[in-house]
Formats: sequence, C-alpha cells, structure tokens
Amino acid sequence: MTLPQRKPESMPASSTPKITLSGITKTFPGVRALNKVALELYPGQVTALIGENGAGKSTLVKTMTGIYQPDEGEIRINGELVTLSSPHAAFKLGITAIHQETVLFDELSVAENIYLGHAPKTRFKTLDWGLMREKSRKLLTEIGAGHIAPETRLKDLSIANKHLVAVARALSIDADVVIMDEPTAALSYKEIQDLFELMELLKKSGKAILFISHKFDEIYRIADRYTVFRDGEMVGNGLIADTTQDTIVRMMVGRSVDQVFPKQETTLGETVLTVSGYCHPTEFADINFKLRKGEILGFYGLVGAGRSELMQALIGITKPSKGAVRIGDDIAVIRSPAAAIENGIVYVPEERGKQGVVVDMPIVQNISLPSLRRTSKNGFLRLAEEFALAREYATRLDLRAASLSQNAGTLSGGNQQKVVIAKWLATKPRVIILDEPTKGIDIGSKAAVHAFMSELASQGLAVIMVSSELPEVMGMSDRIIVMREGRIVTTIEKNDGFNAETLVRAAAGIGETAA
Amino acid sequence: MKSILRFREFWLAAIVVVMVIATNLRAPGFAAPDKLAGIFNDTAMLMILALGQMAVILTRSIDLSMASNLALTGMIVALINAAFPGIPIPALMLFACLCGLALGAFNGVLIWLLNIPAIVVTLGTLTIYRGIIFLIAGGQWVNADKLSPAFVQYTRIEFLGLPALSWYAIVVAIAFFILMTRTSLGRAIYAVGVNPTASVYAGIDVGRTKFATFLISGLLSGFCGYLWVSRYVIGSVEVAKGYELTIIAACVIGGISISGGVGTVAGALLGALFLGVINSALPVINVSPFWQMAISGAAIILAVVLNARGEKRGSRLILREAEATS
Repeated sequence: MTLPQRKPESMPASSTPKITLSGITKTFPGVRALNKVALELYPGQVTALIGENGAGKSTLVKTMTGIYQPDEGEIRINGELVTLSSPHAAFKLGITAIHQETVLFDELSVAENIYLGHAPKTRFKTLDWGLMREKSRKLLTEIGAGHIAPETRLKDLSIANKHLVAVARALSIDADVVIMDEPTAALSYKEIQDLFELMELLKKSGKAILFISHKFDEIYRIADRYTVFRDGEMVGNGLIADTTQDTIVRMMVGRSVDQVFPKQETTLGETVLTVSGYCHPTEFADINFKLRKGEILGFYGLVGAGRSELMQALIGITKPSKGAVRIGDDIAVIRSPAAAIENGIVYVPEERGKQGVVVDMPIVQNISLPSLRRTSKNGFLRLAEEFALAREYATRLDLRAASLSQNAGTLSGGNQQKVVIAKWLATKPRVIILDEPTKGIDIGSKAAVHAFMSELASQGLAVIMVSSELPEVMGMSDRIIVMREGRIVTTIEKNDGFNAETLVRAAAGIGETAA
Repeated sequence: MKSILRFREFWLAAIVVVMVIATNLRAPGFAAPDKLAGIFNDTAMLMILALGQMAVILTRSIDLSMASNLALTGMIVALINAAFPGIPIPALMLFACLCGLALGAFNGVLIWLLNIPAIVVTLGTLTIYRGIIFLIAGGQWVNADKLSPAFVQYTRIEFLGLPALSWYAIVVAIAFFILMTRTSLGRAIYAVGVNPTASVYAGIDVGRTKFATFLISGLLSGFCGYLWVSRYVIGSVEVAKGYELTIIAACVIGGISISGGVGTVAGALLGALFLGVINSALPVINVSPFWQMAISGAAIILAVVLNARGEKRGSRLILREAEATS
C-alpha cells in the first residue's frame, strides 16, 4: 500500500504551515459567524477543529473551500497570499473537502466520480474511458479499496465505500489540503477504524488534514494538533500531546452561563407521558423516561445522537419497532401526526422554514392549520372561529404583525417562530416538544421564547426541549437527559446540579472509550 | 401580499378585455353580448376541466389523463344512451360523474398508496383509458342518429339567456370557490402545495389530500365526458385528443404555479377564458390556425415569466421586513 508521494519516505512534519488563515471575519445579517479567527494546517499532520454547534466550524470550512468569501482576513498557501474566489479556485489550489454526507454523484460510476472535472482526455478531446478506469483502479488499490470496481454506480456502495471514493478523488487531484467534516458521523466502528488507517496513509504522504469531529476518542486517536472555536472565535490551539481533554472541554464551554433564563420554580404534577422500552430499528434503542406536568425536560446530545428521531417517532412520523407510550395511565397508539395532536402531543420542529411555517399562507391559516378539525364542521371552515383562535394565541405570544391576514413569510424570524408556537398551543396540547426552539433567532426573541416556555410549564404543560446549546439546556431544564448514539447515557436532576463539563463528557463519550 | 395576488388576476382579466376590444375594432360585432356569451359557452368545459387540474397542480402533482378520462366516460355514456335511450339524462350525468370519479380514484390510489409520481401514473392511464375506448366501442363512432334527442338537449336548453352548458360551468366554479376557500380540504390542498413537510407535522395526510384532488379531477373529467358528447354530438376514440395540454395551459396562464401551492379559482377561469377568446378572435381577424398555436404558446411562456417575477418580488419584501425587525 503506497500512495503517490512527491517526497518519498520523508515524514514531512515540518514546522512551516501548508495553509494559514489569519484574521478571518465573516458576517451574516445579524450574526458574526467568524470573528478574526486563525487556523494553521501543517503538512503530514491532522489538525482537529473542535467546537460546539454554532461555533463557526462549518462557516470556516465553507470559507476554505471557496463557497463563502471572508469579509476580512487573509489566506496563505505555502506563504503565498491566495484568493479562493470560488469552489473551483479552491480545488485548483489543492484544497478538497470530504463532507459528512459525501458530495458525490449517486448516478455516476466510481471512476466518473473520481475524475469528474479533470478526466483524462483522448487526442480528440473526448473522455478517455479506458485510462480513467485504469487510473481509478490504481488509485483505489493504493488506498486499500481494490474491492471497489471503477465501473460500479456510486449509489450501490455503502457509506464507508463512498468515503473511500471521496478519498480517491482527493488524491486524484493531488490535493495538499484535505478537510474532513465529521466523516465518521454515519460510519460503524469497523469503518471508522479503516478510515483512520487511511488518514494515517494520507498523513504519511504529506497531506495537511483538517479533521472536524465531536468525538474526543477519535480526536485523540488521530489528531496531532487542535484548534478550538467558540462563538465564532478561536479560543485556543496547540499540540494534542501537550493538552488534556479537560482543558479542551473547558475551552469549548468556557462561556459563562450569564444569560438570564427565567425558569420559574414550579411544583411538578402527575406523570403525563411515560415512554418505556422504546426502540427504532436504526435510530435509537432502550429509551425509557417519564415526563411530569409542569416539567421542562431537556434532551442534550450531539447532532446525530437520535434526539430528533426519537421525537419524530413519538409523534407518529416514523414507526418505532418496540416499546410503549402512555399518556397519563392509558396506552396511546400514535401512528400519525394527526393522532399525536389528538392525544395532546405536539412537536415544534427544528427547521422553522421547512417544517414549521407555511410562508405563503396568512398568519391566521398558519395558526389554525393543526386545529382544522376544531375550527371546521363537516369539512366546512368556520372562519370567525378560526380568526378568534388565531387572535387569542397571537395576543398571548405578543406576535408583532400588522394584520393576521398577512403572509407568515413576511414576518421576522422571531415572529415566525412565535407563529409556529402559537399554532401548536392552539391545539391545546398536554405535552409540547420543542426541537432547538431558539436556533437561529435573535437574542430578544430568544428571551421571549424562554420566558414563554417557562410560563407554559407553570401553567401545567409538560415540555420536552431538545437543545444542543448548553446554557439554554442548563438554564431552562428541570431535568436533563443526555443521549449519545441513539441511547440515553445519563439523566441529571436539577437538584444534583448541572455541570457543563459533565454534560459535554457524557454527550461525547469521554471517559468510556477514550484512550 | 393579498393585493399582489389580486393584481395578477386583475391583469389577466384586463388582457382578456383588451383582446376582446381590439378584436372588435378589426371585426365589429365581435364584442356583441350574444357573441361573448357564445365564447363563454365554448370555453365552459375548458373552465371546468382547468379547475379540476388546478386542484391537482396545487398539490404539486399533475393529471395528464383528464382528456382520456373525458373521452372514455363520454363513450360509455354515449353507448348506454344508444342502447337504452329510456334512461333519464340526469341519471346518466350522475353516472358519468361516478365513472370519471372511479377513473380518477385509480390514478389517486397508485399515487397515494404506491407512491408513484403523478406524472408517470397519469401518463400511463392517459394511454390506457384511451385504449379502453377502442376496446368497448370496437373502433366505432357514436354519432347524432344513435343518440337520443334529450341527450343532446341537456347542454343546450336555455335558462336566463344562457345555455345549460354555461350554467354547469358557473355552478362548478361557485362550488369550487367554496371548496378552495371555505373547506378544510381546500385549506389542506394549499398547505400541502406550499409546504408538504410542515403539513405533515400539522397532521395533514399529504397522500390522502393528493388522492382527493385526483378524485376531483376525475369527477370533473367524467362530467365533461357527458358534456362533450352532448355538445359535439360525437363519441369516438379521437374525442379531446391532446386536450390535456390545453387544460394545463389554461392553468399555467391563469397563474397556477406548477411547483404547487399558488393559484386561485379566478385565475384558472381567466386562463381558460384567455385561450377561449384567442381561439374565437384569431379566425375572425383572419389569422391562420398555426399562429393561434404560436400565440397560445407565447402566452404560456409569458405567464410563467410574469409569475416568476411576481414571486421574486415577494421574497424581496420579506428581506426588507426582516432587516427592519432584526
């Protein structure tokens, strides 16, 4: 197994960086995603980029691959100032990214995927299929993927094999900088080990690798250096060997929990929801928990821990394979969202645009959508009742709109979020599930949503809050369930004290499999 | 936003009026009330069919089988009438509706339960339904001398100066307006078209809603099956061949977005009227039929361009407001 090496056998762990980013600032309307961040990648080394969700990691990757243009700052490759004006420019300069969901073409063959955009040509400027297949086969064999035939359609490959194709592609363009954005998220243990072996090979051939992962055992297994981002700023970097996991965790969560979370103290009532032995064929297993009246139950975990999938099963979007759900004392069979609404369970989804608001519909109609059965009789709408319902909840939520007949799409993000919450409250639920309720909204609206959540709980509603934001989950919850890889790893009561580091460790699996 | 929506239909109506006036200048008498009533009557079936197609398109589907459904149902009722002239015509009309409904349900079931794209299913049934006509009629025509006088009269009887055919279209249009704006099914149809994912979370069954729209388009196709044979006094394999494209054209011109969720009853009616006026006006001012096709085609493209621009303006509005509030 050898790789096409330019500097054979030299282990180029040199001290001059291959690529240097400095003072990179990127602002989006209302948000500063990156604030004067710096990053250096060294040839023959893996640098881990670590940070909570929203720390700016993806924005940085997009800046490095020419998708975003930074507002300020400079990028140097081998000391030379470069401009990455487009993905193609980045590609020409030898920067390639392997994403969580590989950005390849399912309907094309493996060889075409590897050589798309730089395929070998014949004398007549047509594609040289024979050469392309031959070179692909050679590349694949070199990375230990000789079992993948270049003629195979990509869609017939497993995710791990698709990654191998992506790596082959990276090698085929002779990329010097390889960005791996959570490449292990969808892989099995064995596949991850294979990927690491491959990364070792890439290191040996002198590639500068940026490795983004939330999993500390992986970071400690493969990375040489680390850079930690928090809230769009670079808060620390150095050699992995010189640091401890505790130091990194502290850097990640270092922000003081000083935001005001107006969680009112409430006496918890009787149990309204009991989930027992809940399993799904692929997404989660052995889920057991109870939810009481007036309680805010936080679900913390990394993206992909199975939290949203669990919630979607609870409201009948996906089917669980085993387990039971009780509402009060009665077993509830929920096979559709309509049934969930009737049983008093509602879900306020994460992606407001895609799953929540119907932008081209008036506010009134948005609010009444899940309550249509109540605001209509024999299939005919009762417009006055509908309007009264919408007015009632718009007022309760302090929704700022010129008229309830205006389209929901014309509202600001925060007000759209209020429309979504109003529409679910209007169904008079007993359990409300909020999935990342304040993601991507401004601070003012955030506070309003938090205050309202607390008010709901004090009025006797049971609230489940799925959140990846530590301050929010710690500030608002009466109890926190941490999920990792589809299972509940721990449950922490507020009385026992929430600790950011404990939560991050539980979510990332530190101390169980760590080296 | 609402005023912009009204604007679109207002403009279409204005264009139709301008076309009528302009034609009247070249060929005086074109805009006489009885001539206009005639154009309306000629367009009645297209309006009914365009409304059915609209319901389907609003949910991001398409029904290519409407014209074949119409022809098959038309042939069935024509054969029944020829064989049993004693069956009262209202019963026959009801039967035509049920027959169309059944054909629509076949489309709908495949789309809903087997999850096959509507364009594929209805492309198949477009041929199947027309093929069945040949089978049941043995390639024969059913023409005037085989149909009962009542069968032919039921589209022609005049009431308040308008033929029955026109009244059917008016009744269907009113019923449709109520359906789309005053019923939970109408609301669901729009919601599914604008945002299917959000609709699922809101407890709306997207598949069942699509199924319902195919029942509607099927029912109206079947009804028009009777109307067509009665009006043109002919039932054959060739009836309304290619008409599915005219129906879709009427919808597109009427501002019904092919990507779903956007469109009104008035738009569909005006889109049909637009085509009806062109078809009546161009021969009057001695324009060759080939130009008619070119003009209809140009109108479709123009309508799509104007609608796309209208939607763009909407999004700019959102941005400005978002900036103002953040």
